[in-house]
Amino acid sequence: MLHRKIKAGSALTNSVKISIRDLYKVFGADPQTALEHVLNGASKADLLEQYSHVLGLSDINVDMRESEITVIMGLSGSGKSTLIRHLNRLIEPTQGRIEVDGDNVLAYDEAQLRTMRREVMSMVFQKFALLPHRTVAENAGTTLKVRGVAQREYLLEAHKWLSRVGLEGFDKHYPHQLSGGMQQRVGIARALTSNAPIMLMDEAFSALDPLIRTDMQDLLLELQTELQKTIVFITHDLDEALKLADHLVILKDGQIIQQGEPQHILLNPNDTYIEDFVSDINRARVLRVRSIMTTLDGTNAPSNAHGEVDFDDTLESLISTSGGDTSHTYLVMRDGAPVGTLDMKNLVKALVPRAASEAGARKY
Amino acid sequence: MATYDFLFDNLGLRAWCDAGKTGDGPLSMADLLAKANGPKEASIWDLPFPSLDALNDACGRVAQSRDLTKGVENAFLAVKNPLQFVLDPITQPLSWILEFALYTFDVTPWWLMFPILMLVVFLASRSFRMVGLVVACLGFLALIDHYDYAMQTLAIIFVCAFLCVLMGVPIGIAMSRSNTLQRLTIPVLDMLQTLPAFVYLIPLIFLFSVTEPKLYGIAIILYAIVPVIRLTDLGIRLVDEEVIEASDSFGMTDRQKLFGVQIPLALPNIMAGVNQTIMMSLAMVVIASLVSAPGLGVLVLRGIRNLELGVGLVSGLGIVLLAIILDRVTKAALNRINAAQKN
Repeated sequence: MLHRKIKAGSALTNSVKISIRDLYKVFGADPQTALEHVLNGASKADLLEQYSHVLGLSDINVDMRESEITVIMGLSGSGKSTLIRHLNRLIEPTQGRIEVDGDNVLAYDEAQLRTMRREVMSMVFQKFALLPHRTVAENAGTTLKVRGVAQREYLLEAHKWLSRVGLEGFDKHYPHQLSGGMQQRVGIARALTSNAPIMLMDEAFSALDPLIRTDMQDLLLELQTELQKTIVFITHDLDEALKLADHLVILKDGQIIQQGEPQHILLNPNDTYIEDFVSDINRARVLRVRSIMTTLDGTNAPSNAHGEVDFDDTLESLISTSGGDTSHTYLVMRDGAPVGTLDMKNLVKALVPRAASEAGARKY
Repeated sequence: MATYDFLFDNLGLRAWCDAGKTGDGPLSMADLLAKANGPKEASIWDLPFPSLDALNDACGRVAQSRDLTKGVENAFLAVKNPLQFVLDPITQPLSWILEFALYTFDVTPWWLMFPILMLVVFLASRSFRMVGLVVACLGFLALIDHYDYAMQTLAIIFVCAFLCVLMGVPIGIAMSRSNTLQRLTIPVLDMLQTLPAFVYLIPLIFLFSVTEPKLYGIAIILYAIVPVIRLTDLGIRLVDEEVIEASDSFGMTDRQKLFGVQIPLALPNIMAGVNQTIMMSLAMVVIASLVSAPGLGVLVLRGIRNLELGVGLVSGLGIVLLAIILDRVTKAALNRINAAQKN
């Protein structure tokens, strides 16, 4: 969990790497005309029914910060895959602005776009998208090969990254000889070999079975601690989103319904759709002490505390420390200094989703 | 009196018809028979379809059906000379290549040809069993003194199949990239595939001299090129979309994508097309013996013409053996590619 601490400390200082402004995407024969209808207030359903155009994305504004994992979450059809493909222009927007390091990506000509895809962004795919006729090392080196790097060099670089993702000794194998999890490791090694600062991951772990998926999430977090890439991660799995996200964007029907720090979204869902979403997860495992503590605000640390807990501990670990006693109060420490207090009663309240308590109130 | 006289009478065209009458042309066989049998009693059961010939009986101004065939013939003869002027020099290299291949296969002694073929087979299939099969089949053909004929057939197939691949793969690639081109090409391919093999020969005989190898070369190529074009197009269109997307996302140029991703991934389909192309050239090379293509087909033709049953059947067996060799070797090569690309 080292990664989390770095993040919490540096979140305020990270500059915006990718900025998306007023992005719209309409699919159909005449998107520009259809877009006019959308701007005049037509809904997705109206657009489909009256003008037979599909509204893919509507009014998207996101800032993705450097060295952070931005997770875009939504169910199928929410437009999340469409959104990530706009970043490297595999899909062209109907209207809007996309800036990478302050540069307008949409103004790039073909050569500039190619350079950006080669050197600035690399992508990991849901179904791996490896080349079946090339060895694992050749696959991992593809991103360098397209730039014209000599074979000996790119194989060496590929070997380095393959070892880094735990595939030492598989260089000469073919993709079909590997399991799904291993194939996706090759996919990640391929993206890392390009040494691009931005990594786009399109449902990268969705095709893997649950245990392997957890392994891969841990691998990603571990790599991120070291490499500090700007990662855009697409998923439909809330647990995965909460585990990985520094910044969480929730999409529904092509619109952003809430974005922000995942803990914040979990505690303050602003939409019934999100409440439904978050009501099923294990809050004790996801929520952290820092999200529910009372800050000290210059007052002295209270003397009646039953012990000290870390700023970044999960509630689950705190419950096990306290032995379940709700009368305890703990002092929250960060880097050795007290920053707040936590009453166990507040912890218990935080475990109940807001939607559930309201539903309960109505029932009795 | 003709059946449809009333039609022209009622329309008031009788005068026009008679004015245009230029005397009876040459009589057709049907006319002669009708004359010999005398006039028949008119009956509803004998009502002829108002075809051109029936209408011509009533009105001399209407063209006869034989004018159509005559017209087609004249039209073809009219464009023949300019067409020949253009096509002859273009296709001349084909004659040279075929002559060269036939000459090479002819002068290479059998004890050199066998090892060469064995090596080719091994390189393609990487299987000693396949080499054994080829040696057994060719050995048998040589034993019954059909070796020279078989080599001539093989030479023609090598040249034609190679040219088919050389032209067919680029055409297929172009088709896979443009839907318009695909829409325009497919009817042509359909026509080439359904046109009876003999029909190819008719215009070709008029365009080129029957003694020239290019005549049968063109016929074989036109007939056999279809599968390799179709399967190249299909193969490239079937390449996994996510892999193409990945190639784009890594900034591949179109060229890198074509040679690094699309063609290698389409290779199993392209090889299936090559296999079909080779088999179809073999089918056509037998028919092409009608227009002086040498090889086993000549023996088959002799069997038919002279009713030499044994000659025809044995050379037919030789063709089957060649077909087995060519099919098995290309399929073995195909399987090797498939195994390497398993997903």
